[in-house]
Amino acid sequence: MTLALKVNGKSHDVEAEPDTPLIYVLRNDLALNSPRFGCGLAQCGSCTVLIDGKPALSCVTAAGRAAGADIVTLEGLGSPDRLHPLKQAFIAEQAAQCGYCTPGIIMRALDLLTRNPHPREQDLREALAGNLCRCGAHDRVIRAVLRAARVMEKGP
Amino acid sequence: MRGKGLTRRQFGAAAAGGIVIAFSLGGAPRAQPKAPLPGDLARHRLLDAWLRINPDNTATVFTGKVELGQGILTALAQIAAEELGMQPAQIVMVSGDTARSPDEGFTAGSRSIETSGGAIRQVCAEARDILIKLAAKRLSWSFDQLNVQDGVVYDPGKRHVSYGELAASVDLHRRATGKVKPAPAGGYRVVGKPVKRLDIPGKVTGAGAFVQDLRPAGMLHGRVVRPPRYHGILAKTDIRGAKALPGVVAVVQDGSFLGVVAEREEHAVRARAYLQRHTSWIGGEDLPDPRKLYDDLINADSQDSVVSEKKAPPPSGIARVFEATYTKPHTAHASLGPSCALAQFEGGKLTVWTHSQGVFALRRDLAGALNLDVDAVRCIHVQGAGCYGHNGADDAALDAALLARTVRGRPVRVQWMRDDEFAWEPYGPAMVMKTKASLAGGRIVEWSSDVWSNTHGMRPGRGGGNNLLASWYLAQPLSPAPGGAGGEARNAVPLYAFPGRRISNHFVAEAPLRVSSLRSLGAYANVFAIESFVDELAAAAKADPVDFRIAHLEDKRAAAAIAAAAKAAGWKKDAKGDGAHGRGIGFARYKNAASYVAVVARVRLDRDSGKLRVTHMHVAVDAGQVINPDGLKNQIEGGVIQGASWTLHEQVRFDRQGIISRDWLGYPILTMPEAPHVQTVLLGHPDLPPLGVGEAAMGPAAAAIANAFAHATGKRLRDLPFTPPQVKAVLK
Repeated sequence: MTLALKVNGKSHDVEAEPDTPLIYVLRNDLALNSPRFGCGLAQCGSCTVLIDGKPALSCVTAAGRAAGADIVTLEGLGSPDRLHPLKQAFIAEQAAQCGYCTPGIIMRALDLLTRNPHPREQDLREALAGNLCRCGAHDRVIRAVLRAARVMEKGP
Repeated sequence: MRGKGLTRRQFGAAAAGGIVIAFSLGGAPRAQPKAPLPGDLARHRLLDAWLRINPDNTATVFTGKVELGQGILTALAQIAAEELGMQPAQIVMVSGDTARSPDEGFTAGSRSIETSGGAIRQVCAEARDILIKLAAKRLSWSFDQLNVQDGVVYDPGKRHVSYGELAASVDLHRRATGKVKPAPAGGYRVVGKPVKRLDIPGKVTGAGAFVQDLRPAGMLHGRVVRPPRYHGILAKTDIRGAKALPGVVAVVQDGSFLGVVAEREEHAVRARAYLQRHTSWIGGEDLPDPRKLYDDLINADSQDSVVSEKKAPPPSGIARVFEATYTKPHTAHASLGPSCALAQFEGGKLTVWTHSQGVFALRRDLAGALNLDVDAVRCIHVQGAGCYGHNGADDAALDAALLARTVRGRPVRVQWMRDDEFAWEPYGPAMVMKTKASLAGGRIVEWSSDVWSNTHGMRPGRGGGNNLLASWYLAQPLSPAPGGAGGEARNAVPLYAFPGRRISNHFVAEAPLRVSSLRSLGAYANVFAIESFVDELAAAAKADPVDFRIAHLEDKRAAAAIAAAAKAAGWKKDAKGDGAHGRGIGFARYKNAASYVAVVARVRLDRDSGKLRVTHMHVAVDAGQVINPDGLKNQIEGGVIQGASWTLHEQVRFDRQGIISRDWLGYPILTMPEAPHVQTVLLGHPDLPPLGVGEAAMGPAAAAIANAFAHATGKRLRDLPFTPPQVKAVLK
């Protein structure tokens, strides 16, 4: 059936069964790379996107349930000319090794900074507890998000 | 081997140089002995195997080494830019393509900067020399008065010609001579600078970076259905039922290999689940009782050898003898993204896009498993999630090829599911280390140790068998190549100058679990054991662990690294553990030949829960010449954090029936709230050769944590990992 999805502000009609995990629709039908398949079990956070402003694991979210909602992926943050402060901060801190976990972490961090613009480091660590990183970029990730928080506080 | 005499490796290099002289005798009567060519240039001597100058004033550098998230392509681009007189942004890296790259073996062993970097440095130095001489002709000026900036050659009057303009006339199809000296370290513009990684912007913006992101037109999705346990035999399956499912294009059964191809990924996933429910398996091998894992290992048939021995003079005075046993379980690469590959058969040729660490070796085993000529197979590296060694990448490549063979022409992308990865990847093997030492006059006078392990080397392309998983399950099954010995003894010999030592290795060929190469091979466990035991001996000698180590070292760089880590950590000799807080140090020179790494860990223990937390890690590194200091720090930080994860949490779990740990709940790793703060100090030696660093931090990290726990509690953790039950058992 046809699913009407709104992703990063654009409307898309996608031919897929409603119980299709959203991640496959985003990746394969809409060619969005950032939701990354890590486990399919809601255990690693790599596939995190925002649905109506709330973080969601796209590997266990049925595409049909996201129809009509406002879906935002990493690609929807900022523009190539004006990178979102979180993206800038991850580049500035070189906060990645393989980078597979990075999009999910940025989406989860964005949710935290939206709710809590002045997170303590401990708040941030707790918020990212469900986002696994295997390369050990943890320390840099924390630094990058705190850097972005400082920039976002000042405003554009 | 560490004396002043000619080492075996240097001797080999010198002998190769001698052969070159012999060839050149027919030319100049008194040919100068040629310098041996550095790194992998000795294997691939043509300049154009490594470098091409492009009309748009860029340079393409070809390397056999591949990006794993360690930043190697950025570092190699820096080396090329430095020597060519260009900017890193002008360098295009082509990496790990069997049709285009030099065969440099595996991207493994922390050797890429030495082998590929060494070659690229020399090639680019020689190319620059050729280009400038060419420019001198064009500009009618003496070549030694020309300057290069950003790939443009200037004469003193600022007339100029670019490399791009010379591209058509420059001939790089010639052998390296070894005669051109690379740029002196003192004048470096690009090397040694924290150049930002070339791949990170794409990774933080969602650009296609990974093999998982490839989606060529007409691509199909594949999934595989593995047996419930090792060597399971497919008895019965419902191919017809699976074929009738929506979107299913093909169901492939070849012996006990079973897979499905579908138009859409969710269809492939659903068909896999259907086949899992509708397939019965028989046979398979019982695994050993996990409670007897280490006893079995010690008692198994083994190939025994003495790795290093030095007889000690009899100690003066009374020696006290100490013994300890340390263990390490099987550990998983546990890549965050499951293994993936894209394969396409066209006109009798197979192309595979893969995140293998060794595309040439993979090509050999793919050809063997598929009955193809090696020339009919092309493997192209595309990044995957971090692998840290031999994970499922190569196996996924054969899976994809087996499925693509049935839908000729159409590309098939296979991505493993989470349980495929955890249950079928080759693990880092379990190990037992027994150590014994004599202490006299506050010094270690004799040291002996024994290590038991299965192989750390079962990568593809070894010959004598096929090391791709699916090949063992085909109707005409292939056998695995015998695993190589040696990796288990990595860093088994302490760097300390003990008067007497005897290091014995017990290689156990029969492996109950599938094992192969995981970051640092045996070094992680050996360094954990050595550095824990040295700490125990320091305590017995009532000596400060830092002073005690330095007192036993003749290698000044080693002592300097230990002192630097202690200083960075604010090490206090008289600090007492309070039962919950402690600090400890661990040190090794990786492979006794690569980087020196010293780590001081601070830990906090919750005695009620048994939870051990590493709060801080201070690391000092001497990696000789550093190409990219921030990239190196990133590797070290990642190494100690992953090392902390292995040490605190990680253990492959199994019972007699098979592997139990098949997801992140069964195989937990270090999370963000648990991650330590890491501070890294680089001890720069720009004039010394670069030393590999990627795996160097694992062992020192483990030992530092164990020693910090001992400092905090007075108790010793000798069995990895330090999970709460383990910790509570030791505290009792």
